[in-house]
Amino acid sequence: MFSKFIKKDSIFIKNKILIPIILLPVWLILYIYLEPIVNGMVYNTFGMNKISQITETIRFFIYEVPKVLMLLTLIVFVVGIIRSYFSPEKTRKALEGKPLFVGNIMASSLGIVTPFCSCSAIPLFLGFVEAGIPLGVTFSFLIAAPMINEVAIVLLFGLFGWKTALIYVSTGLFIAIFSGWVIGKLKLEKWVEPWVYEIKAGNLTMEEEKLNLNHRIDAGFTAVREIVSKVWIYIIIGIAIGAGAHGYVPAEFMASFMGKDVWYSVPLAVLLGVPMYSNAAGIIPIVQVLLEKGASLGTSLAFMMAVIGLSLPETIILKKVLKYPLIFTFVGIVATGIMIVGFLFNLIF
Amino acid sequence: MNIKILGTGCSKCINLETKVKEIVKQNSIDAEIQKVSELQDIMKYGIMSTPGLVINEKVVSFGSVPKDAQILQWIKEAM
Repeated sequence: MFSKFIKKDSIFIKNKILIPIILLPVWLILYIYLEPIVNGMVYNTFGMNKISQITETIRFFIYEVPKVLMLLTLIVFVVGIIRSYFSPEKTRKALEGKPLFVGNIMASSLGIVTPFCSCSAIPLFLGFVEAGIPLGVTFSFLIAAPMINEVAIVLLFGLFGWKTALIYVSTGLFIAIFSGWVIGKLKLEKWVEPWVYEIKAGNLTMEEEKLNLNHRIDAGFTAVREIVSKVWIYIIIGIAIGAGAHGYVPAEFMASFMGKDVWYSVPLAVLLGVPMYSNAAGIIPIVQVLLEKGASLGTSLAFMMAVIGLSLPETIILKKVLKYPLIFTFVGIVATGIMIVGFLFNLIF
Repeated sequence: MNIKILGTGCSKCINLETKVKEIVKQNSIDAEIQKVSELQDIMKYGIMSTPGLVINEKVVSFGSVPKDAQILQWIKEAM
């Protein structure tokens, strides 16, 4: 029934670009007036006491949930359109014949924009290796793709501002480039399962279809539907925890063991983060609580990256193509990279 | 006619498989639908992003779940 509706719709609207052009101002107005509306609702309509903690907790929740969901929808839509210009197949072509370092930089950057899901990590790995792309460059891609995540960018931007979002993207890139480069230098090809090199991949006979703007806008809406429907519940739970802590946990609670003066806080955060598995949507509101309650930026960033970037399920998937020494080296190098970033930020900020 | 769905078991692959089965059934098309989940076999088709859709050994789409009308059109073209 729904698809019929859309079909009718698409005859009606020849240029789908009109949909976002009409929706964007509505979005903007809502976004700008969200805070006054929420404040008005909480303080006037409900008639709540301005200074009580429960009011602050409720206000925080009612304001943050729509704000973050709105930001998420917008960014996921834009990223969905950007991603329609990329594919693993195109990325592979771009990386073919690129030397180490230049290849690492390219692979990490492409890792941000190329559509990727951890379920296709193995075909992608095989495809890259088959095309003669060096192991280190392949790893740069495999590290950047999950670690630098658009949902995380939105949440960091929404909750902490653009500087933190930028720090996250640039340090993520650094870790992917650095780790891939080190893995490349170490020449670890011997620890790849031998059958990987024997695979003869067929040639893709199909030309990638040319997409017009309408298709790309569809891709944006599809991305919104797929991602927002998956992560909204984590965001609400995360913000609810954040709102609770916001009002009730004492402000310096975390400082004693996650503050910048505690030298072991960064390795501890990474050690805790690696076996934990959560998507960006779930972990960032938690990170917000950590930061607010006295944890340092470096330690919190390290914790977040360890949780998102290194996950147990993904390493288990990689076992199909890699031997244990390489998996441990991979986890070790990425963890080291994350720790360097953590220490660096604790030192600077 | 032979239709293959290439995929290791991600949610999109399962989604595509159900979709194709439904389309074939609804339009009473005589087709054999196969799920290819062995990596070595998937790689033979030269794709890296799953799910892949192969009709009569020709890759028609990969990396996404196409729209119903599009799938039906490919099937008809291959008949």
